[in-house]
Parts: sequence; structure tokens; C-alpha cells
Amino acid sequence: MQRIIKNGQVIDETWHLLDKDATLDGLSNSDDLIVPLALWREHAHALKVRDGGLGVWLDSDEEVEEIADELGNFKVIALNFPSFTDGRHYSSARLLRERYGYQGEIRAIGDVLRDQLFFMQRCGFDAFAIRADRDPHDALQSLQDFSVCYQGAVDQTPLFRRRQG
Amino acid sequence: MYVYDQYDQHIIEDRVRQFRDQTRRYLAGELSEEEFRPLRLQNGLYIQRYAPMLRVAVPYGLLSSRQLRKLAQIARDYDKGYAHISTRQNVQFNWPELEDVPEILAELATVQMHAIQTSGNCIRNTTTDQFAGVARDELVDPRPWCEIIRQWSTFHPEFAFLPRKFKIAVNGAVNDRAAIEVHDIGLEAVRNSAGELGFRVSVGGGLGRTPIVGSFINEFLPWQHLLTYLDAVLRVYNRYGRRDNKFKARIKILVKALTPEVFAERVNAEWMHLKDGPATLTEAEVERIGRCFVDPAYRSLEDQEIALARLDVEHPGFARWRTRNVFAHKKPGYAAVTLSLKPTGTAPGDITDKQLDALADLADRYSFGEVRNSHEQNIILADVEQARLFELWGELRELGFATPNVGLLTDIICCPGGDYCSLANAKSIPIAEAIQRRFDDLDYLFDIGEIDLNISGCMNACGHHHVGHIGILGVDKKGAEFYQVSLGGSASRDASLGQILGPSFAQEEMAAVIEKIITVYVEKRVEDERFIDTFRRIGIEPFKERVYAANH
Repeated sequence: MQRIIKNGQVIDETWHLLDKDATLDGLSNSDDLIVPLALWREHAHALKVRDGGLGVWLDSDEEVEEIADELGNFKVIALNFPSFTDGRHYSSARLLRERYGYQGEIRAIGDVLRDQLFFMQRCGFDAFAIRADRDPHDALQSLQDFSVCYQGAVDQTPLFRRRQG
Repeated sequence: MYVYDQYDQHIIEDRVRQFRDQTRRYLAGELSEEEFRPLRLQNGLYIQRYAPMLRVAVPYGLLSSRQLRKLAQIARDYDKGYAHISTRQNVQFNWPELEDVPEILAELATVQMHAIQTSGNCIRNTTTDQFAGVARDELVDPRPWCEIIRQWSTFHPEFAFLPRKFKIAVNGAVNDRAAIEVHDIGLEAVRNSAGELGFRVSVGGGLGRTPIVGSFINEFLPWQHLLTYLDAVLRVYNRYGRRDNKFKARIKILVKALTPEVFAERVNAEWMHLKDGPATLTEAEVERIGRCFVDPAYRSLEDQEIALARLDVEHPGFARWRTRNVFAHKKPGYAAVTLSLKPTGTAPGDITDKQLDALADLADRYSFGEVRNSHEQNIILADVEQARLFELWGELRELGFATPNVGLLTDIICCPGGDYCSLANAKSIPIAEAIQRRFDDLDYLFDIGEIDLNISGCMNACGHHHVGHIGILGVDKKGAEFYQVSLGGSASRDASLGQILGPSFAQEEMAAVIEKIITVYVEKRVEDERFIDTFRRIGIEPFKERVYAANH
């Protein structure tokens, strides 16, 4: 079973991540599913009435604005990194947390490696599906890479505001 | 200059620890070459033609004598005894061993230095006027603003994996010595009619494969909103900049594709959400940073015009040096002195460990223990008493720093080129040297007057050839090295890009080609007209005719 990092701990993965070209055929009613944006677009109603949990995932060229009015439907929003050097979803995560007030899980999926985690958590990610060939336990350490940060992000205000306190 | 507190120190020590572990994992095979690459690049570590190259950050070019001594020691212990001043006002070491880099970073951290974001697709070292804080034409000291930007950009979590590198420059003077219009973001500190401070913002300038002069998208951004506005610009770029083609990934391509007007609208729309948020700057913070950049303990002095004029008469060499390498200072009785790193026969910008140590000593004795690097790859002692200029000149001559060529044809901006850089198509240092040798007559050099000659060994334009009054670009033609010449570039206010003269030349032709160009200028100029002004008046044709005439 795959293990993911959630809230700073390694836990068993219970959600099913559907492929980009997935259809409704053969989906179990009770599984927890993270569906691609296209499937949600086409079958929102059918997906909403299932018993299992619902999440959606966005590829790096898909924008959070697309789902901004529908965030209440999702327990998980997974943001895909086709390559770990593609930084678009760092902005997506901040927008979800700071502009749209999304409180559910924001999960990094795809080419997710430990040296990205510190930045990702500052942008609002709280779950990380580390690339399958890497040990999530090793990756945990990177969440503590820095003890101080200058600029504000989702996790804290800028240092210059805290300095004054 | 800015002095670290416990927070700043923590951050660079955390970084040393992090990079030490990243290097360990790479050497142990836990990180692939591809995975390690962006990590080492964000720490200024390139794999070059012969060895790694480590680029050390020098925020806005400012260095203390203590830091200079540490750089000298690193040059001795880990390199071949020299360092190189880059066009981003940073310092580069060309021969460190990869295994030693964590230790070098630990050494640097003891003097409040690091290599954070000196390369890679992230926000690079913010640059500014090398005469910041001392120039007579200055309206606002840009250094505190550069430091505020440094802190904001250091490990900015959202912008660590941008489509491409990102460069910001700040100017606070009447003249633009920071080349702001050829940066991804150029900031010009200005005051509005009410005397309030703000920034005029240019975006989308840059050199490289597609050189573009930036567009001003905001004529007055109140200072409180500097960081929220930068966040907005960077966010639009991060989300919408092209990532499919690295040659089209710079913000300039996005600004051009959208048009500056539409880009500005996008930024404004984003900024409306961020404006007045937590990143809004406070007076307390600006004052805190500003206190690090107050004037040193200047003495109350008078300008030494008569005494210096007398020395000029007795010592023509001193007069020449003073004309070219000494810059007017805002305080009476003081001067800013540029140490030329461009003597003939030395790679432009190179400095040895002994020179670094000697420089630290000079900084302590003549200039309050500080120096600045310029983007023209020279070093400045910014606060020298005029009464001590003659004495200093003597010391600089012994050290090889007194070549009186600042701003002249032989003060060449030059990338390391094919001798060192694996990206280069052609060598650049031997071209610079050949030109320096051809123009070794100081009287002639002085007669030619102010001229920027910039050389790049490839399209990436590290030598800023597009904005040289004369630009030289190394090109590859069927495996052989050739050189293309452009004329009319300028990195100053109202920046312009050079026009290509015509077909390229072989290496051995270059000095003669430059000589022909200069001859045309000397013939056509009126009175004290600078090369760039003559060029703008007469256009490229007369140069073209002369240079290519002999080839037919």
C-alpha cells in the first residue's frame, strides 16, 4: 500500500487517484476518489451523489479559478507536478488557501521530492504523495529544513511583522 | 551596510545544513544528476567546462573588508588563487571541488555570506548603482530597498521554481547606473509632487536570445506596496509564463505576448487581492533596514580642488586616473574611486587572493571598511578623502588596480566565454585582450572617450553585448568561432539595443574591425560628442561601409 505524508506524519493512503482519461464505468460507490478535473466537469452530479469521499486533481496547466465556486464539494484537492521544476501549483495552493479559503486537504502529487516539501507546506499543502520510488519517512525531515523565514506565506506573516512583536 | 541579526544568521546556517545534506545525498547516489541540478543551481553551483563554478551572492554589490578577506582565503584554500566579479555584482570561483562546497558555504556563513539563489530559475541577486548612497545625482538611496527585496526574495516559497531566472534592479539616481530597463523588473525610486516616496516599475526587459527593453507599467507605486506588487508580478509570471520552451520562458516574452498594457491589468487585478495584506511594508521596518545604511562618520572637509589640480600638473598619470576612475561624491572633500579590474592581459573582472586581501586593507584604511562591486566588473572604494587620493593612487598602482580606463574602450564587460563556460559558442577573453592591446595608447584611448564595449561568448548575453555601445557576440559557424558586431546599444536611461553591423568576423580580425569603427567615429564626431551620440546621429551605414569595404 502506498503511504503518504499528511499533517507531518506518514500514513496509509486510502484515496484512489483516477487517471486523466478515467470514466464513471466500474467505479465503486463507496471508494474515496480523487477525480481528474475533466471527469468532474462532465459528471459533477453523479460524483456528488456517491457515498464515497470526493476529491479533484488539477494538472499544472489547470487553474484553481475553474473550481473556485465548487470547493465545498471536495475533501481533497490534489495538485499535480508533472515535473518537480514546474512551480505553477505553488501559486495555486496559496490561492486556494488565502483567496478562496479552502480548508480541506491540499495534496501534492506527481513528481514530488523531499527538497520541495518545505516550500510546498508554506504555500498551503498539507499532504504529499512522495514519488513512489522514494521513502516518505526520509522526506519528513525536509519539512523542518528552515527554522526562520523572511516572507509571509500561508503559514505565517512576514518576519518584519513578527520582529516588532 | 546591512548587518545580520539572529534571524538572518539562522537562515543561512539552516541553508548550509540543508545543502550539506543535499550534496551528501547526491554523492551517495540518492539524488540523481537531474534532481540535484536545480538544487545546486539555486545555490550558485554550476558544472562548468573544467570544474564546478560557485557563484557567491553579494547583495547589491556591497562587501565588507572582513568578507573580502574570507573571499581571499576561499580563493587560496579552495580555488586556484583568484575570484571573478560578475555582471550581477556577485563573486565567482571557477575551480572549487563539488565535495568542498558545503564547507565553503559554512566558511561564508561566518561572515554573513552565502550563495543562495545566485543561479537557477528563481529570483536572483538584486542589483543597484555601485555609487548608491554617495552619488551626487541620487534622489533616494536604493540600498535599503534592495535589502528589503533581498529578504522578501530569499527562499520565497511560491517562486522557487519559476519558468526561468528572474532579475530585479533598483535605481535611485538621475542617471541609471543599474541598467533597470534591461531587467525582468526595474525599479526606480521616485518622489511624487507631495514628496512621497514610490517606485516607477518597468517589467519585461532583458537580454539573452530575445533582447527587449522593458516597459514601464506603473509610474508611481507607493513604497508601502512594493512587496505586494512584486508578489503580484511574480505570481502572474509564475502562473502564465511559458514553460514549454526555455528560450521563451522569460517574463519579457509574456509581457510582449500580452502587451504591456494587458500585462499591467493582470498584475493590477492580482495586486487588488494582495494590496494592504500582511506583506504591506511598515515604516518601522523600512526605518530598521534604513539604519544600516546611514552615512559613515564623514569628517567635515572642503573640496580639494586646488591641491588636486596642482598634483594633476605634476603627475599626468594621476590626472588621467582622476579623470577616469574618480567619481564625484555627495560629501565635500570626499570621492568615490573605481579600481579597474581591466588591465590588459587579465580576464576582465578577475582578482587574485592577494589583491583581495590588499583590497580589504585599503578598504579599512581609506573607505570605512567597505567596497562595492559594479556590474561593469570593477570594484569601488566609495568614501575616500580627496586629500588622500594621491597616496591611494600610489598604492593602487602597485596592486594593478590603477589602470585609468574606467568608462573607456578597454574597460570591457566580458563573460568568461569558451575558456571556462560550457554554454559558450566562442571565446571572449582573448577578444577583449586583443582589443586592449590594439588600444594600448592611453592618449588615444582618452581621445576616444566614453564608450561601452561589451563581449558575450554566446546568445545568453552574460557579457551584455546588446547594450554595449559596441557589442560583440561569439557565434558558432559550422564548428568554428566567429564574432558578430552590433552598434548603438545602451544600458543607461532610455536604454537601447544594438543594431547588428553585418556578417561576422574571425577572431584575428576583431581588433582591426573595432579600430575601423573607432576611426569612423573619430572622423564623424563633432566637438565632444560621445560615440553613442555620434552613432545615434549618423546611423549604422558609415560604419558598415568602412568595416566591410576592405572585404570586397
